Amino acid sequence: MKGVVVPPDLLGTVRRFAAEAYPEECCGFLLAAPPTVGSESERRIVDALPSPNRARQNRAHRFVIPPEELRSAERWASTRDLVVAGFYHSHPDHPARPSAFDQEHAWPWYVYLIAASRAAGPGPVGAFELDADRREFREIELRSEATGPSPPPSGAR
Amino acid sequence: MPKVTVRIPTPLRSFAAGEKELALEATTVGEAVRSLCDTHPGLRRHLYGADGRLRNFVSVFLNDDDIRNHEREATPLADGDVVAIVPAIAGGAPAARRGRAPPRSPSAARPVERSMDADELRRYSRHLLLPEVGLAGQRKLRAAKVLIVGAGGLGSPAALYLAAAGVGTIGLVDFDDVDASNLQRQILYATSDVGRPKLAAAAERLTGLNPGVRVVRHEHRLDSANALEIVKAYDVVMDGTDNFPTRYLVNDASVLSGIPNVYGSIYRFEGQVSVFDARRGPCYRCLYPEPPPPDLVPSCAEAGVLGVLPGVVGVLQATEALKLVLGVGEPLVGRLLLYDALAMRFRELTLRKDPRCVLCSAHATQKGLIDYPAFCGVPAPGEAVESDVPEILPEELRTALASDEPPLLVDVREPEERAISRIAGSVDIPKDAIAEHVDELTRARSIVLFCRSGGRSADAARTLIELGFSNVRSLKGGINAWVTTVDRSMPVY
Repeated sequence: MKGVVVPPDLLGTVRRFAAEAYPEECCGFLLAAPPTVGSESERRIVDALPSPNRARQNRAHRFVIPPEELRSAERWASTRDLVVAGFYHSHPDHPARPSAFDQEHAWPWYVYLIAASRAAGPGPVGAFELDADRREFREIELRSEATGPSPPPSGAR
Repeated sequence: MPKVTVRIPTPLRSFAAGEKELALEATTVGEAVRSLCDTHPGLRRHLYGADGRLRNFVSVFLNDDDIRNHEREATPLADGDVVAIVPAIAGGAPAARRGRAPPRSPSAARPVERSMDADELRRYSRHLLLPEVGLAGQRKLRAAKVLIVGAGGLGSPAALYLAAAGVGTIGLVDFDDVDASNLQRQILYATSDVGRPKLAAAAERLTGLNPGVRVVRHEHRLDSANALEIVKAYDVVMDGTDNFPTRYLVNDASVLSGIPNVYGSIYRFEGQVSVFDARRGPCYRCLYPEPPPPDLVPSCAEAGVLGVLPGVVGVLQATEALKLVLGVGEPLVGRLLLYDALAMRFRELTLRKDPRCVLCSAHATQKGLIDYPAFCGVPAPGEAVESDVPEILPEELRTALASDEPPLLVDVREPEERAISRIAGSVDIPKDAIAEHVDELTRARSIVLFCRSGGRSADAARTLIELGFSNVRSLKGGINAWVTTVDRSMPVY
């Protein structure tokens, strides 16, 4: 399973977005350089871009990024020669693990970062990926570029 | 049959032999998508649910228009049409909310009183040589619980020395992440800690320095609701805060709990230290009954501070905390020590207990904690001021700018500020000139104003609203919020 590499400040940024949105969920895009075909290397996220949470209700445990927002973010990313390579969202008062709802609505190929948030402040962040047959939404290795070679995901906080 | 192109979204291309699009013939949108799945069957499970219908979160666009605005899957196709499959993204936590974890209490796992082992005797040998400390003193340190409010410039050196000295329980209150701008003075943190929660990094550093120390992490804002509960579990409080509401809160909670408060503050090149122990001397309110008007005293973030200054002041605070625990020497009670780094001079002022102090005198009127942000006339730290003009969030502005009817974006800052950061497409009208430019603005369907952090643009928006403009909004948090959320390629200033 390929891991994901993020710049040193990105997890802090995502955790800040999660804390600022608390008790609601935050959501947004993860930007990366365009993938090369057949590339099996680690994915490198270069930036996070917030999106308004367009869920019409229950924003404390739902987020929605409508297709127009995704297209707008893709256009925005392309001005910087980047693509949307995944999404982040927060889980207020819940662990940084995908819910059944997350899995049901996940897409393959994208990287999903989930940040736990609490009233007391930000919590851990995990990275996940849907497998090709949609059966498993599994945790993948997440590391900050500045840290050592392979700390466990929680160690990258 | 019409010849059309179906665009395949990036995440699904690996199920379509890496293709970005497929040319095919179909009469309706639904038929085109089904035909795509016939060619690339791996796509089917991602596009269709078990009921054979398109999944909820699969959106299909016909020539950039959502088919839900037409006849959905039955929307007819014509030659040259482009059908695009666009993911919508959704998710969220499970619906049932969990109860909040009970706050960790330092008394929950009290270290058992035991004799010093050989490692400890070696580690603390220089203390044990001092008659004022000795074995009994070292045991007192091990049993002591010191709370440090703020793991920043003052808290860093203090926590390091208290841990090194063998203070058994060190509580830290902070909820920030390590920022690159902290490293100039907050010596608890390494460059590789940038972006991590401060307390996670601090706990590692302190237990790395001395594994015998228990670090209790209070990873939240100290406020009137939790301060007494937290403070009363400690023997000594050390104030390492950088704002007046928290400073009064720490003082009041310490006085009400009967615990000494080792106070320190820093400003540019100068520092102050004192010990406020209301049982035998004045408290912070005896010195400053009222906070200064907001904006009169800028914080370090605004005014700057010499990096080593909090080192000196924090270490003085740690010295006082150790003396209080050991019960040796002459504590800085009733004395305010002033330190001037430029002149390299220490001075001392005598402080007296205010006989009319609302908190610690015989005539005290305040019996509990109050609303400190209101008392200090400032928004609670981290809380935005409630604005009376309509605001737009940075991420909403980004979406609005990309829409078919983007708002007119007006930069109300001064020219030198525009050299630091800009938002593409903005027009420049400094705040004070806004009324003179009304005619240029009337044609705009909607207007978004922005400045550095939202104050001036709110003023300018108010001016325009008074002049009869209706669709005017101010960018919340200004361009600095834009920079920290949407476009981090530019500096915050």
